[in-house]
Formats: sequence, structure tokens, C-alpha cells
Amino acid sequence: MKSYRDVFSELSRQHRAALIPFFVVGDPDFDTSLALVKAAIDAGADVLELGIPFSDPIADGPTIQKADIRAVRSGMNVRRAMEFIRQVKQHRDIPIGLLMYYNLVCHYGKAEFFRDARDAGVNSVLIADMTIDDADEVLGSIRAAGLDSVFMVTPNTSPERMQQIAARTTGFIYTVSVLGVTGSRDALSDSVEDLVRRLKSLTNVPICVGFGISKPEHARAVADAGADGAIIGSRIVGMIEAHLDDPGRAIAEVSAFIGQVKAALSGA
Amino acid sequence: MKHRGRYGDYGGYYVPEVLIPVLEELEEAFDRFRGDPAFVAELADLSTHYAGRPTPLYHARRFSEHVGFQVYLKREDLLHGGAHKVNNTLGQGLLAKHMGKSKLIAETGAGQHGLATAMIGALLGMETKIFMGVTDVERQSVNVHKMKLCGAEVIPVEGGTGTLKDAINDALRYWTSHVTDTFYLFGTAAGPHPYPTIVRHFQSCISREARQQFLDQTGRLPDMVVACVGGGSNAIGAFAHFIDDPDVKLIGVEAGGRGVATGKHAASIVAGTPGVLHGARSYLLQDAEGQVMDTESISAGLDYPGVGPEHCHLSDIGRARYVAADDAEVLETFGLLARIEGILPALESTHALAYVAGLKGTLGPETIVMVNLSGRGDKDVGIVEQHRPLE
Repeated sequence: MKSYRDVFSELSRQHRAALIPFFVVGDPDFDTSLALVKAAIDAGADVLELGIPFSDPIADGPTIQKADIRAVRSGMNVRRAMEFIRQVKQHRDIPIGLLMYYNLVCHYGKAEFFRDARDAGVNSVLIADMTIDDADEVLGSIRAAGLDSVFMVTPNTSPERMQQIAARTTGFIYTVSVLGVTGSRDALSDSVEDLVRRLKSLTNVPICVGFGISKPEHARAVADAGADGAIIGSRIVGMIEAHLDDPGRAIAEVSAFIGQVKAALSGA
Repeated sequence: MKHRGRYGDYGGYYVPEVLIPVLEELEEAFDRFRGDPAFVAELADLSTHYAGRPTPLYHARRFSEHVGFQVYLKREDLLHGGAHKVNNTLGQGLLAKHMGKSKLIAETGAGQHGLATAMIGALLGMETKIFMGVTDVERQSVNVHKMKLCGAEVIPVEGGTGTLKDAINDALRYWTSHVTDTFYLFGTAAGPHPYPTIVRHFQSCISREARQQFLDQTGRLPDMVVACVGGGSNAIGAFAHFIDDPDVKLIGVEAGGRGVATGKHAASIVAGTPGVLHGARSYLLQDAEGQVMDTESISAGLDYPGVGPEHCHLSDIGRARYVAADDAEVLETFGLLARIEGILPALESTHALAYVAGLKGTLGPETIVMVNLSGRGDKDVGIVEQHRPLE
């Protein structure tokens, strides 16, 4: 199974940042969601970030909230999400990071959750509503399962805390570009380049930037600032929402968009 | 953070990283100001002259005759704004001011906390936004109007069932994007640390006063203290100074909705299992997949799938007992109190009264029971009329 290390070191040799699209598993339904994810892989995704839908996603803006509701209504749950991931991995061996809310992990059973995730082909788990302060509740099970840990850094995180976060992170640091929740934004935050540089000076753990990356040029800008990856969520989920009556069109748009981002990240 | 904010296995601060610095700032400010003489004096002054403390402890003689034991009502319903909520909004509002914040946001269910925040926003000259589920905006339109009159902006929240849970989700999201100048004035003794501790602190005046009032009026402590529990702010305020008196039974009454057996209720401790919602571990109403369930109750203020962490702990260790009263009992008791005492209780508080009414004939005539009458029922008259039209 391909590791983050494999992907990030390969990309680093090519002087390229990873393209990391985010999808809510099962949005709008199992089959369409799977087709979307496969199309994203075919269009050039290097790593996948997948969210298992939760009823109360407090770190997410309206676009992803709505996707969570669609996916829950379509019958998605943790067990089916594991099957979904298995099918993605059959399509291509690509690293997968899960984005979770803690209640789903606790409800499933922590040790079982991380073990089943690993068995399905997941590389890392980020729990949106858990910080390093409570990480001891899960790090043991994460390591025992052979998964990588991912934590967030935000623009208001102190330098000391950044180091503590880096010390507990084995996958990549999910760097939040803005003070806020997920969602498309017209302009990239001014502070993000500075944030990436500060993190780069503190740690060798890969730095991936998310929240508000919604255009190819945003991805390129964070890559130029030194980030190892750009995570694009709401913009893609918004395309799915816009074409709920025409899944074929959603797939075509997502695929084309990922192609554009890939080109922006690959260009000299 | 300096403290973990745990009550036994419950509480904590399960939040996105972006909120850590602001919760730390809040914890530090609370630790600093809670004992600061100037802060304490300002709060005491406003509690007395603005809010109307102390509230009476009233021996409800006719209700006592009806049930066959002695019932005392702690009259939080007489406070400015019509509920205990002002205790907390005054405290947190002053804290916000001392922290140099210029804006307040709050969530609200019944609208009582929203109104109490809007009042304090006006009092302290702070821009105020209230997040309220669309369902609640509709069923509590009078409070919405009052909030607007006090200059607050009311933001209807569409997500989920459009109730308190969804309002909290959106208030948290908004806060995440406006952490620098905005203070989130949390309404109940739930949510991430340090909120349960802060809300308990500002609401504990209820039991501090009541304890002394019992000693003065009856020469002894009550045998039982009963309060309704949604998130649990009035109940923790009513319990706080009695927790160390082992002979005082503590009873929290949750919203039984259409009946706990129907699944359409908001009785988190009675019928829930531990989970994590809105930054804290608590008993939680969740489905077989771990998704948080929609709740149902005639009282918007109790319509919440989680509950304050200290209540969960008090339940686990057996110090307090939690029960449920359903909508039908509540409507019955609302009418009863109005008829025999001339008091319209809030539907939330009526849950506590309904439990006590249900004890009729089971306790000795000397038994003293305190009910925390946490709010007044003017806001609920329309709802009661819908369910029980007058002839």
C-alpha cells in the first residue's frame, strides 16, 4: 500500500505539490460518489481526503454540511464507508486520509474503527473536533493500527503549539488557511504563505493546506509558498451539489476542474 | 488549557484547533475576573438593580395542599427577561466587556437566552447576533420580536431540524470565523470547557440564595430540589450549593416529549448514551450509526440532544437522579399552576412542576420540595392555547 512518504518524496523530486481533493463519502449516493472519486483519481489526484458524513459537522461550512446531510440520507455510515474505500483502493492504490468527527469514531469503537480503516486501505485519520490536547485518547489505537496521525494548525496557533502538533503528527499537518470553517472563497488568505513558511521552518512533516482553496491559482500559490499539498473540498462538493439531477455532468466538471488544478501545480 | 474541564468522564473540549486559543483566552479571563473585586461588585450591583436578585422563595400553599407536601418555588421567573438566563448573560457579558470584546453572539432555543443576551448587549452597548433555529423562530415569535427591539440581529438557522442544536452549530461556525472581536455567550452548562464551569458559576446564585432562604424561612434545608434539564443551566444553578448536602435529593427533569418510549423526546440522560457533541462528552441522543438524533419537545428550551457534563457525572455517581416528564403531563400541570397559584410557568420549568405533581400522595406532609421555577410562561401561552384551547 502506498504511503504518504512514498507520495510526498516522489512529488518532492518532481518539485510538485500534492493535489488532494476532498469528498464526502456517499455524496450524493454510494455509486455516484464512487464514480466521482474514481474520476478525480484518473484526473490526477495524488492523495484523497475523504469525510465520513456526520450530522453536526461544526468545522464545516454550509457546502459540506449539506453534503453530509445528503450522504447520511443516502444511507452512508461508517461500515459502508469502509467498503467504499476498499472499492476506491481497487481502482488505484492512492493514499487516503479520513476526516472524521469524534462521535462517529467513539460510537463505532476506537480500536475497531482505526483497525477497520487501516484494513480498508486508509493511511491517516484526522478528527476535526479533537486536538493534540486529547490525542492520547486515540494515538495509541492509531499507532497500533499502523495509521498515520494528522492534526490541524490554524493561523492563530502559537509557535510552541505548532511544534507540539508537529511532534504528534506522522502523516501531514493539515494547515488551515483561514480563521473559519470550510468553504470556497474568492481570494486566498494573505496569511497563508507566511503560515506555511513558519511551519516549514519548524518541522519536516509535510504541510498540506486546506479551507478556502477553490481555484487552480490558489493551489499554485500555496505550492509556491512551500506547501507539500493543496486540499480542495468545498469547491468540488459545490459542483456535486450544482448537478444533483445530472451526475454525469458533475463527474465531468469535477474531472475537468481537477485537471486544471493539476496543470496549475505542474506548470513551471 | 490550564484545566481539562472534566466532570468524571464527561466534558472536555472536543473542538477544532482554531478554537483552542479563544477557549484558552476565555478560561484565563474567567479565572482572573471571577474573584476580581471590581468585577464581582459590578456584577452584584447589576444583578440586584438590573436583573432583580435576590428572587423570592415562595411557599406555594395551594399547590402544596394539592400534592400533600410542602412545595417552595424559587422564583427565577420574576427576573428581568422572565427567566434565570439573565444570571449568566450578565456574568458573561461583563466578562466579554472586561476582555475587550466588542461583539456578542449567542444561540437560543426558546428565545430566553437570546433575549437575555440581547438585553445585555443593549445594556453594555455591544453589537449582538442571535442564532436561532427556524422552527424556534416560528414557535417563539414574541421573543424574536423582543430581541430585535433590544437591537439584536436574529439569524434564522436552517440546518437540521432548525432547533437549538443547529443554532449552536452555526454560532460555533460563526465564532470560528470571528474569534478576534467576538465573544460567544454560551447559554447553557454544556459545550466545550470552560463553558460548563462558567455557566455553573454564574447560575449558582440560585442555590446560594435558596439555601439561605430555606434556613431563614423554614429553619432547615429542603428534602428535595427539582429542576428541569435541557442543557442544564438552571438545574446546575439550583443544585450547586446543595450538592454537598447529602440529605437533599436532587432531581433533574428532562423533556419526555411524546413519551420516552416513542423515541420522540429530548431526554438525553434518561434515554441516551455517552457521545461527543458541541465540544463535550455527555449523554447524547444518537442513532445506531452515531448520528445525533432530532429531538422533540413542546418546550423549545429543552429541545437539545446533549446535556451538561456535570449532570451526566452527577447521574453516574448517583448524586442526582434524572427523570422525564412528557408533553401531556406538562400541559396538564401548566393549567394547574395557573388555576391554583395564578402563576404561568414556562413550559420548560413546568417539566419540574409536572414531576412534583406526579409525587402527589407519596411524600409526608412535612416534606419540603423546592422547584426551580426557572422562567415565566407568557411566551408559551400561544403554544398552550394550540394544544389545550380554552372553552
